Amino acid sequence: MVCEPVSRVRRRWLVALPAGVFVIGLGASRAADPFEGDPYKSHPWSDMRREFLGRDARVLFDERVRVSGPPFAEDPMNVPITVSAQGIGPVERIVVLVDRNPIRKVLEYMPGGALASVSFRFKLEQASPVRAAVQTRDGLWHVGGTWVDSAGGGCTVSGVTRKDGSWSRTLMQTSGKLFPSSPAAESQGSRLRLRVMHPMDTGLVGGIPAFYVSKLAVLDDKGRELLRMNTFEPVSENPVFSFDFPGHPAGSLRLVGIDNNGNRLDARIE
Amino acid sequence: MRVAGLQGWWRLAALALALGLAARAAGGQPAAAVDVARLDYGLVARLLAPGVYVVEGANADFSIANGCNIINTGFIVTSAGVVVINTGPSRRYGEQLRALIARTSAQPVVQVIHLNLHPDYFLGNQAFGDVPRRATADTRTGMGREAKSYEDNLYRLCGDWMKGTEAVLPNDTLAPGVVRIGERELELRELRGHTDSDLVLIDRASGVLFAGGLVFAQRIPTTPHAQVGRWLESLDALGGLSFKVLVPSHGPVRSDGEGIAMTRRYLQWLDRSFRAAAEQGLEMNELLRADVPAEFRGWAAFATEYTRNVAHLYPRYEQAALAPRK
Repeated sequence: MVCEPVSRVRRRWLVALPAGVFVIGLGASRAADPFEGDPYKSHPWSDMRREFLGRDARVLFDERVRVSGPPFAEDPMNVPITVSAQGIGPVERIVVLVDRNPIRKVLEYMPGGALASVSFRFKLEQASPVRAAVQTRDGLWHVGGTWVDSAGGGCTVSGVTRKDGSWSRTLMQTSGKLFPSSPAAESQGSRLRLRVMHPMDTGLVGGIPAFYVSKLAVLDDKGRELLRMNTFEPVSENPVFSFDFPGHPAGSLRLVGIDNNGNRLDARIE
Repeated sequence: MRVAGLQGWWRLAALALALGLAARAAGGQPAAAVDVARLDYGLVARLLAPGVYVVEGANADFSIANGCNIINTGFIVTSAGVVVINTGPSRRYGEQLRALIARTSAQPVVQVIHLNLHPDYFLGNQAFGDVPRRATADTRTGMGREAKSYEDNLYRLCGDWMKGTEAVLPNDTLAPGVVRIGERELELRELRGHTDSDLVLIDRASGVLFAGGLVFAQRIPTTPHAQVGRWLESLDALGGLSFKVLVPSHGPVRSDGEGIAMTRRYLQWLDRSFRAAAEQGLEMNELLRADVPAEFRGWAAFATEYTRNVAHLYPRYEQAALAPRK
């Protein structure tokens, strides 16, 4: 968030610099780079890496992590992002981070038996890099991103259902569908799309505390977990998600979840 | 300019129109010579029929280079004064439009008519504070609701061109029907679909039709308030009206119904394409990168406006596809 005075940001990355360079163990030419090789040359990046990926995190900026979004946010409350990390080996988790959002972490996705791809919409406060940090089984973080321009204001205004009060009548209502093919899969894949009704309040609008879906999981008809996700305040109101499977999950699927106030969700996807 | 016979006049007008269209086809831009350094829109009043003028903007998206002048405004001279149709995107535009009218006609401006709620239809109103500014009830409500965000957005997109601009809202409610001013009869029809209230104005004597936001000629339609089904119905209604010249708010003036047909082709394609995408489970980003027919890719403002179309309209198709089957 650029509401921070520049001097403070500078001081912080000066402090962060030696640690970051040391643990990444990059060559001498990169060692002089305060951006740690970040193609967006974004000042918050080195702090973000330590905070969200870990002090000793090994990072590779990797074009195989494809993050796609619109070039500009026509609706900063609903910026669509699609992440796909194919061909980098088995993926443990995908963490989506937005450098210049007041709340930077959008979601953390553990694909389990699903493909390493996910789509969602989020609230963008101002123009920013949008990043996906994808951790493979060897512990390495592969980082990709895209730049989204914005007129601003996505995190600090209320959503539609908060304004008209209708959120309480639809809370946690779920609709979804398993599509017999997936644009993200090679051939025999399928795609699950889900929509969960929730105001997803960021806590940054005066008098409205943070209120958001915090955990979601998709189970098969035997109750086995197929995928799991932690979601945070910047995910858009009434979130829509897409997940891709390498094949077709057998039987009907179940979505379970909870929000930060303890409201539970348990819905069958027909 | 006075021509005795209407027949003769129409031959002249048709010729002028044909020449104008040919000139634009070659240059791609209307006659206006924008001077960014002097913030001069270079507005030109082009005669379409006796007393009926169009002031053409660039067929493009808002940009500093074109002064954010992308709208066709107009004015009609009557024996009882001048009626202005839309006032442009800024205070400066309004002032330059009023000066242009004063250079063109000895008659005073007697009223302004706004065809819908979008910003370039009324942000020039500061130059018309002394005359009645009229719009339908729904348009007035919408302008009141959106004015602040329009100001913010156009200041961001257009920079210095917007200096001193503040929204001055209409002060009179207009009902559909026939407005008689001097010897003229102006027929007003309220349609909908581009916005909740799309006013269409026909000058009965000349057959010039100001189609407002319902028609986009060789330009991707804007859709922040659109309802595609209603819009298509309105295009059918528009096609049933008799007119000799059609002035769309965006894109070239034409003496046929091709502007209506273009808008219809686009909206029908968009409706089919978005529905099919939603039924295949496509994400917005995949739709943004999917194939678009070459005709539409070649239209003005494609790169930005299609992205907006997807943001505005695709969620409705998605929700329909995800809803449980009844």
